[in-house]
Amino acid sequence: MSEQLDAGLIAQRIAEDDGLGRPSAGHEVGRARRRKEDARLVTGRTTWTDNVQLPGMLYVAFLRSPMAHARIIRVDVSAARTLPGVVAAYGGADFAGEQGSLPCAWPVTEDIVIPDHPPMAVTEVRYVGEAVACVVATDRFKAADALEAIEVDYEPLRAVVDMTEALAEDAPKVHEPGNRAFTWKFAQGDVDAAFRDAPVVIDRTYVQQRLIPTAMEPRAVVASTDGQTFTLYSSTQIPHVLRVMLAMTTGIPEHRLRVIAPDVGGGFGSKLQVTAEEVLALLLTRRLGRPVKWTESRSEGNLTVHHGRDQLQRISIAAERDGRIRGVKVDLLADMGAYLMLVTPGVPLLGAFMYGGIYKMDAYDFTCTGVFTTKMPTDAYRGAGRPEATFAIERAVDELACELGLDPVEVRRRNWITHEEFPYTTVCGLTYDSGNYEAATARALELFGYDRLRAEQAERRERRDPVQLGVGVSTYTEMCGLAPSRVLGSLRYGAGGWEHATVRMLPTGKVEVVTGTSPHGQGHETAWSQITADALGVPFEDVSVLHGDTAVSHKGMDTYGSRSLVVGGVAVLSACEKVKDRARELAAHVLEASADDIEFSDGSFKVRGTDEGRTIQELALAAFAAHDLPDGFEPRLDAESTFDPDNFSFPHGTHLCAVEVDTETGRCSIRSYVAVDDVGSVVNPLIVEGQVHGGIAQGVAQALFEEAVHDAEGNLLTTTMADYLIPSASDLPAFVTDRTETPATSNPLGVKGVGEAGTIASTPAVVNAIVDALRPYGVRDVRMPCTPERVWRAIAEAPARPAATGPEESESAISEGGAR
Amino acid sequence: MPRITVGVDGVTYEEEVEPRLLLVHLLRDRLGKTGTPIGCDTGNCGACTVMLDGRSAKSCCVLAVQADGSEVVTIEGLARGQEWHPMQTAFHTEHGLQCGYCTPGMIMAAIDLVRDDPDPSEEAVREGLEGNLCRCTGYATIVRAVRRGAREMARGETGARTPPETGPPPETEAQSGAGARNGAEARNGAEARTP
Repeated sequence: MSEQLDAGLIAQRIAEDDGLGRPSAGHEVGRARRRKEDARLVTGRTTWTDNVQLPGMLYVAFLRSPMAHARIIRVDVSAARTLPGVVAAYGGADFAGEQGSLPCAWPVTEDIVIPDHPPMAVTEVRYVGEAVACVVATDRFKAADALEAIEVDYEPLRAVVDMTEALAEDAPKVHEPGNRAFTWKFAQGDVDAAFRDAPVVIDRTYVQQRLIPTAMEPRAVVASTDGQTFTLYSSTQIPHVLRVMLAMTTGIPEHRLRVIAPDVGGGFGSKLQVTAEEVLALLLTRRLGRPVKWTESRSEGNLTVHHGRDQLQRISIAAERDGRIRGVKVDLLADMGAYLMLVTPGVPLLGAFMYGGIYKMDAYDFTCTGVFTTKMPTDAYRGAGRPEATFAIERAVDELACELGLDPVEVRRRNWITHEEFPYTTVCGLTYDSGNYEAATARALELFGYDRLRAEQAERRERRDPVQLGVGVSTYTEMCGLAPSRVLGSLRYGAGGWEHATVRMLPTGKVEVVTGTSPHGQGHETAWSQITADALGVPFEDVSVLHGDTAVSHKGMDTYGSRSLVVGGVAVLSACEKVKDRARELAAHVLEASADDIEFSDGSFKVRGTDEGRTIQELALAAFAAHDLPDGFEPRLDAESTFDPDNFSFPHGTHLCAVEVDTETGRCSIRSYVAVDDVGSVVNPLIVEGQVHGGIAQGVAQALFEEAVHDAEGNLLTTTMADYLIPSASDLPAFVTDRTETPATSNPLGVKGVGEAGTIASTPAVVNAIVDALRPYGVRDVRMPCTPERVWRAIAEAPARPAATGPEESESAISEGGAR
Repeated sequence: MPRITVGVDGVTYEEEVEPRLLLVHLLRDRLGKTGTPIGCDTGNCGACTVMLDGRSAKSCCVLAVQADGSEVVTIEGLARGQEWHPMQTAFHTEHGLQCGYCTPGMIMAAIDLVRDDPDPSEEAVREGLEGNLCRCTGYATIVRAVRRGAREMARGETGARTPPETGPPPETEAQSGAGARNGAEARNGAEARTP
C-alpha cells in the first residue's frame, strides 16, 4: 500500500505550510492566505441585505397559510389597511394579473407536470407557510401587527404528507393532473443479466429525511425603483440567474433591473432560488413607488425557505461471491413538495449518475419518480442529489461486505477504479478524469488507526461492553463543478454552466477582477486574488475582486454545485492570460522587438536575453496614456473570458468515522473522524480545510441530528432552532483532515470542487459506523437522524442478541432481500 | 413610551421606546448599529450577542427598557481605532469564519468565556460556546481561534490590526505589555483579571 500511497502527493499539513513569509509575487497559489473578506466581517462593517436602508423605505410582512391544503374562500384586508402606519395591504387576488408563476428551470422530462406557482396564493394553498396576504407599513412592527387584522376564510382540503400515500389511487390531489410530477429513467448495460443468477443480491431501502438548510443569515429583500429602473437587493447565491428569471417572471425588462447580492450569510443551496418574496417585493415597489424591505424571521424561514433531501431510496446490488459488483439498480421516490421551484426536479438527477460511486460494474438502472405532497417544495441543499446517491451506495456496499463476511474496506478495494485506470468512463457514462482512491484510503487508514480500532471493537464485543464501538467507511466521489453546458442541455436544464470573468488593469497598475461567481462565505475575493497575482505577477494586495452586483458584474452563472473555482476561477485565469497577451504585444511595440522575443516572468515583459523590459504596471499606464500604441491596438490591457468546462469535476476521498454507541441509552458519540480528500490542486489550503470541515459538519448533522418533521395534517413541527437541531460546537468532534493531490486534467489549474465534498462523504461514514457497532445485535439499519431513541429502538426491535463474535454471526438477520 | 438612556460603544443615547422593543432592534433599527445581526427568533443562535455591562448577552433576549442605564459594547466597538481586539485577530488568523454572520456574536461570547476561563481547553470552548451556532465552519477553526485569542488576551495584547491584504503572520504578531490589556478590558467593560 505504501507504493500506492506515494502515487498520490500527500499534501503537507496546513500548519507546516501556511506560506507566510514567502515572497509576495509569483507564489500565491497554494498559500494559506488569510482572507481579505474577514476585515469587514470581524468588525461588523458588513452589508447584509437587512442592513440596507433607503429613504422612504417601507416594510413588508406576509400572512401565511396555517393549513397545508385548503381552498381560499375570502381574503379581507380592509381592517388592516386602516391601522396606523399601514400604507397598503393586499391579498393574492390583488396580484393575480401581474405576479406570473415562479419559475422551474429544469423540466427533466418531456411530460413533466409543472403546476402554476403564483408567488401569492390566489385560490388554493398547498403548504403551511404559503403567502396569502401582505401588509406594507412604515416599520416592521406595524406591518407584523397589522397581519392580525386580516381575515382569511379557508375551506380545508385533505393534506398529503407521505410520498407513498400521495401515489395511491384515492390520494388527495395536490394539483389537478395528479401527484406524479415525472418519472425519469436511465439505464446502461444489461441489468437483468447482472441480477439474473447473481450469487449475492443486496436489496435495501433508505430514507433520506427532509432537511432545512438553515443558512445563518435569514433571507431578506430590498426593492426600489425610480419609476423606470428597478434595484433588488437580495440575500441570494444567484444574482445573475435571479435577474434573468425575475425579468421573465415579472415582465420588468432585464436591462432595467439590477440585482445586488451584498454580503450574504451562507446559502448551502437554499439561496439558489427565485422566491415569492423577491417577486412580490418588486411588484410592491412598482405599485407603491417607494422602497420596500422584507426580512424573514427564522421560524418563517424554516417554513418557507426551500427544504432539502426527502427521498425514499431503494437500491439493489448484484455481486459475485468474491464481492465484485455486477450491477446496481436504483428506484427513487423524490418528494417535490407542493410545487416545482427553480431546480426542484433536477436535484435527484444530479445524483442519478453517482449511485455507482467509485466502483466498476457492467450494468446500471435508475428510475426516479417526483412526487407532489402538501409540504414546502424541496430544492438544492449542499450536495443536491449526490449526498443521497453516495449514502445509498456506501451503505449498501457495507451491507454487501457484511453479507460476505468481508472487511468493508476490502470490498471497496475489490471494486474501485485503480489509479492506473484513469481516465475512466463509468457505467453511467461519466469520464472520471483523475483520482487515486488507493492513496487517499491508505492515508486515511493510517491516520485513523483502523486496525487498532477494529481490535478494540472485537474486544468490546467479546466482553459485551454496553458501549459498543463501530467503524464507518465512506469512499466517495462526486460530480461537481457545474457544468458543461452541452451536458446540462442534454438533461433539459434551462441554462448553461459557463462562467465569466473580466480582468481590468487600472492606470496605476492595480487590478480589478470582475467575477460572475457570487460568494457567500467561500472566500473568492482571496482565492481569485491569488490566482490573478500569480498569473499577472502582481502583488496579492494589488488585486480587488468585484462580484454580486449585476451592474458591476454583468455576466455570470453564480455560485452552487462546487463550481466557483473549477469554472469561475479558471475563467479568471483565462482572462489573465488574455491580458498578458495584450501586454506582450504592447511591450514588443515599446521595446521595438518581436512579440515572440518577449519573455514574461514575475510581472515583467523582457526582450529575450536582455535586461530591457517593462513591468505590467508600466504597460498598463502606457495603454492608458495611449500615446504610443501599435497600429490598431485599442487603449486597454483589459480582457474578459467566458469558460465553459468540457467535463465535470470529480473530487474524491476516504472518510472514516468511529462511533461509540451506548446500547443501553442509544446515545451515539463520535470518537474520531478522519477525512482524506483529494480535491486536486489547491489554491488556498486554509479555505479548503474550512470547506471540508463545514461540509463534514452538515453531513454529520444529517446523520445524527436534523430532520424537518411534519404531522399528519402537514404542519411543520420543527419551525424554530429550538426544534430543528443545528449542531453546536459541543455536539461535534474535532476532525482530522488531510489531503492527497491528484490534479484534475480537465482544467489548467488542476483544481476540483470542494464545497460539497464533506457533506457528501460524511453522512454514510457516520451511519455505517453506528450500524457496524450494532451488527452483533442484528441491527442492519438505523433511520436518520440516528437519535438515541431511534438507536435504542433499533436495538430493542432487532432479532438477535449480542453475539460474542463478528458480523457473520448475524447473517440470518440480514436475510430480507439478502443472500440467495 | 418609556424613555431610556443607554451607552453603546462609547456613545450615550436617549431614546423613547415601546416596552416590547428588543435590544437588538434598538441597536439595529434605531441606532444603526447593524454590525450585530439577527439569526433566529428563539434565543438559540447567539448571532446577536453583545456585552451588556461587561457580560455577554443575547440582545434578542433583552428588552431595550431592560438596558436602561447600561453600557453595551457591540462588535463595532471592540476595535480601538485601527487596532483589532485580539479575539478579532485570532478569528482572522485561524479562519474561524466563512460567511461571517455568526462571527460578531461568536467573538463577543468568546471574549466573555475567556474572562471566566483565561486558558480554556478545547472542551471548555466547545461547551462554553454551545449557545452560539455556526453553519459554515464545523467549529474546529472557531475553537482554535478562541484558544489563540485567549492566549493573546492573556499576554495583554491589544491585537494589532494588520491589514488583511497581508494577513497577520501569527508568529510575528506584536507583543505588548500589560498596560494594553487593561485598556482592552476597559473597552470590553470587563474587570481587570490576573491570568
